Amino acid sequence: MITRARVLDALGSVHDPELDEPITELGFVTSCEVTLDGAVDILLRLPTPQCAPNFAYLMAADARNAVRRLPGVRHLTVRLEDHYTGDEINAAVSRGKGFTAAFPGETDDDDLEALRQLFHRKALLARQATLCEELVARGATAEQVCAGRVAELPDAPEARRCVELRRHLGIPSHDDSPAFVLPSGEPLAACNLERWLRTARLVRTGLEVNGGICRALLQARHGPAANSGAVAT
Amino acid sequence: MYERDGEKYFVVDGHVHFWDASPENWVPGQEQYAKGWIECFHAYMSLGPEETHWPLEKFQKYSEEDFVRDVFQDGHVDVGIFQPTYLKQWYRAGFNTLERNATMVEKHPDRLIANGRWDPRDGEAGLKQLEEDAKRHNLQGVKLYTAEWRDGSRGWSLKDPEAQVFLEKCQELGIKNIHVHKGPTIWPLDKDAFDVADVDYCATNNPELNFIVEHVGLPRIEDFCFMATQEPNVYAGLAVAIGGLMHARPRFFSKVMGELLFWIGEDKMLFASDYAIWEPKWQVEGFVDWDYPDEEYSDYPAVTTATKKKILGLNAAELYGIEVPEELRLPVEAGTPAAREDAQLAGENA
Repeated sequence: MITRARVLDALGSVHDPELDEPITELGFVTSCEVTLDGAVDILLRLPTPQCAPNFAYLMAADARNAVRRLPGVRHLTVRLEDHYTGDEINAAVSRGKGFTAAFPGETDDDDLEALRQLFHRKALLARQATLCEELVARGATAEQVCAGRVAELPDAPEARRCVELRRHLGIPSHDDSPAFVLPSGEPLAACNLERWLRTARLVRTGLEVNGGICRALLQARHGPAANSGAVAT
Repeated sequence: MYERDGEKYFVVDGHVHFWDASPENWVPGQEQYAKGWIECFHAYMSLGPEETHWPLEKFQKYSEEDFVRDVFQDGHVDVGIFQPTYLKQWYRAGFNTLERNATMVEKHPDRLIANGRWDPRDGEAGLKQLEEDAKRHNLQGVKLYTAEWRDGSRGWSLKDPEAQVFLEKCQELGIKNIHVHKGPTIWPLDKDAFDVADVDYCATNNPELNFIVEHVGLPRIEDFCFMATQEPNVYAGLAVAIGGLMHARPRFFSKVMGELLFWIGEDKMLFASDYAIWEPKWQVEGFVDWDYPDEEYSDYPAVTTATKKKILGLNAAELYGIEVPEELRLPVEAGTPAAREDAQLAGENA
């Protein structure tokens, strides 16, 4: 039997494409109802009604895909509320159609996939930098950092997400693959470490700032409870 | 002018508005967008200190007296620059047009500058309008929205050949300062409205023009930094960066400023309040008092009184030919901050 906890767990795998944070932690899931006979009803909201429709669509469609596959789900609705293109997006998502179907003749799905890839690359860069900084802080040299393998990464959420992102991007992530790679997938060279970190830190600052603004706006519009997410997990 | 601890700061606010978003100005049938837009702005206001928040009704339409008090009297602003936002699809007489702004400039000619706008999709008629606007309002700058949807078009790019025609017209008309909105967008869809590659392209091709990237490319500040490092005529407009972060997320604000100082440098950053989203008073005062909070920020370039004087007004005064009283200028100095070279090296690696 499908439970609310399992649905929320699945929604936790859906990330804001730009911020690379789970929508459950961002407070984007407003409600999640699960009946005994397997009907699931999910409501999503974003920090403002003007948030980019392409990102809104990606999150709603990803949420649908994540929950649809769970055993015991017999009926599923995912709805985006309080958004200026909500009607179009909801109609396309519920029919299982792509973004193109939401705005016929106005867009091209390929662009959306390219955008998603771009964000995956940035997120990978930012997250790797955090792992790398920890190693450097513990005294690792540039050579040691660059000789590191995936198997040596800590068993922590940041490292697990890096492996996931590499999988999405088609960058090998076997145990003996290099722990740190450039956005192209090439291994990081020791002589480039300092500049790479400088770049990565800027990308991470960008992500953190965006996440901060999103949370602050949600809170401003929906009260302090918005930040922790209206849905208790 | 703002004075603090014996130092005097000349303040140019690079981004102010005098809008009318009252229900009387909403286009019938478009009410939900007109209402949603101003409510979204109003939510941004809540990122400032609580005592500066306005009720929505006042925020929709504020008076000339409010403007003069908030910007000039209390806000320490010597000169404000109007950046127009038309949005005529939603607001009958426009949200914040050149014409509306010009009525304020007429009353305060020494304190306000009105910028114009153009859209390459307007073609010949747009060029003619730009010529008329330039003549009538003595334009020195324009504000551009590349992400704006219109008549089935999903926005445009500064790389479009039609845009180059307008940029050349700007040069001919003496319009040197091209403010490009690369930040929270109006109608973004599949087109990536935050992409700054088009600014990169036209900044290289039009070295006589200055390109001020408004909202520092938020939420893609990194793309903006990598690009601006390579282009001598690209500047960072700090609207939203200060108002949206300095109070609400002070540690992030310090990081953003540190990154901008490292990548862009203090000579190319321009203060802007984005009034009436946020009042300039707390932003000017807070910025003058600001410094990095602790050791975690020791890698970033140092912030000096001269840094703040440049950002708050002297940089913009130079772009707009605003005369700065002798006592408020900096002594002539040579060289660029050391961080610039590092940034260029790092940028090549980006």
